[in-house]
Amino acid sequence: MAAEQAKVDPMHQFTIEPMFGTDHWSIAGYNIAFTNSALWMAITVVALLVFVAGGNKRQLVPGRWQMAVESLTGFIDNLLAANVGPAGKKYVPYIFSLFSFILFANLLGLVPLALIPGLHPFTPTSHFTATGVLAILSFSIVLIVGFWRHGFHFFSLFVPHGTPIWLLWLIPFIELISFLVRPFSLALRLFVAMMAGHVLLEVLSSFVIDSSNSGLLWGTVVGIPSFVLMVAISALELLVAGIQAYVFALLTSLYLNDAENLH
Amino acid sequence: MPQISQLAATYSSQIFWMLLFFGFIFFVIGRGMVPKVMATVEVRDKQIASDLAAAEAARAAANAEEEAWRSQANAQRAEAQAVIAKAKQEAAKASEISLAEANSRIDVRLNEAEARIGEARAQALKDIEALAAEAAGDIVLRLAGVKVDAKAAAAAAKEALNA
Repeated sequence: MAAEQAKVDPMHQFTIEPMFGTDHWSIAGYNIAFTNSALWMAITVVALLVFVAGGNKRQLVPGRWQMAVESLTGFIDNLLAANVGPAGKKYVPYIFSLFSFILFANLLGLVPLALIPGLHPFTPTSHFTATGVLAILSFSIVLIVGFWRHGFHFFSLFVPHGTPIWLLWLIPFIELISFLVRPFSLALRLFVAMMAGHVLLEVLSSFVIDSSNSGLLWGTVVGIPSFVLMVAISALELLVAGIQAYVFALLTSLYLNDAENLH
Repeated sequence: MPQISQLAATYSSQIFWMLLFFGFIFFVIGRGMVPKVMATVEVRDKQIASDLAAAEAARAAANAEEEAWRSQANAQRAEAQAVIAKAKQEAAKASEISLAEANSRIDVRLNEAEARIGEARAQALKDIEALAAEAAGDIVLRLAGVKVDAKAAAAAAKEALNA
């Protein structure tokens, strides 16, 4: 592949670099070094904290900032009201945290910080170790709520309405598999979508750099179209950042609906 | 692919910091701040709804007031019309009565006057007849030297006058 021969390694951006605490920070023998991934999670937290705190002025007539935060909470509230119903109200804090953390992490990973030498952004959501934590959290909440509310009756989730009796030996098995796949699909979808976009941008940028280095002709024929494509894909990536956060929150709320309102 | 090649070295750190930071977001932002933001929205929605209800009630009250005023005005107008009609009727009746009275008075005086005129005419006719008979007698006496009976003269004069 051309990308592997290029000076730009499209995978390097996902490398986790320990910043401090590599040697002696550990819990029960597990290393918990503070890495660039943890740093960007922290930056995400700070950005989200500033955003929400700035909109928490509790004015009767909201300003722009307050309006923005209220539309975000209202969006999550509507999402849960539409997918779970009145019982979904209590999940607003969790779905809000999920959606806004993923959204902010995705968007911050797209900030063109690499223009400043020595800095480069990192997207924690491009690592399945990070997205997996969120997916397992969502899945565990669904399991806990489901069994808490319905007990063993929750297993009837695996027998959808209208299942023909002669298929009863097969359908629950398929449903069980699709149920167990949920955390993996949640985690992998987000991680793959984020990684693919970043890799694509990096590969295109290596095209721009390499073609410009090999002369005016190739720089014009290959470099400029690649650059235009990069601009377009950057816009697309902004969209994907929002869509992936929305999909994660939406699917979690649909799974919560299974647990809350068992058919 | 660093996600896999670094997995063994970094998974514990990734999971730990993810849980820590996501937990912070959930407990501080999600459970601490988001309910306040939503409560603000709810308070505002309630305020707007109650303001709208108050405005609606005020509008209904104003409508009722206007309706009452209009019906009162209508009643008063009808009353005024009735008073006017009654007054007109009374005036018409009164003028009719006084007209009839005046008419009858005039009729009486006319009749009296006519009677007087007739009387005067009859008297005058009688006087004229008498005068004519006398004059005829005199004329006959002077012209023919015949003394005419007064009765015959009177009859002749009457006949001549009435012819």
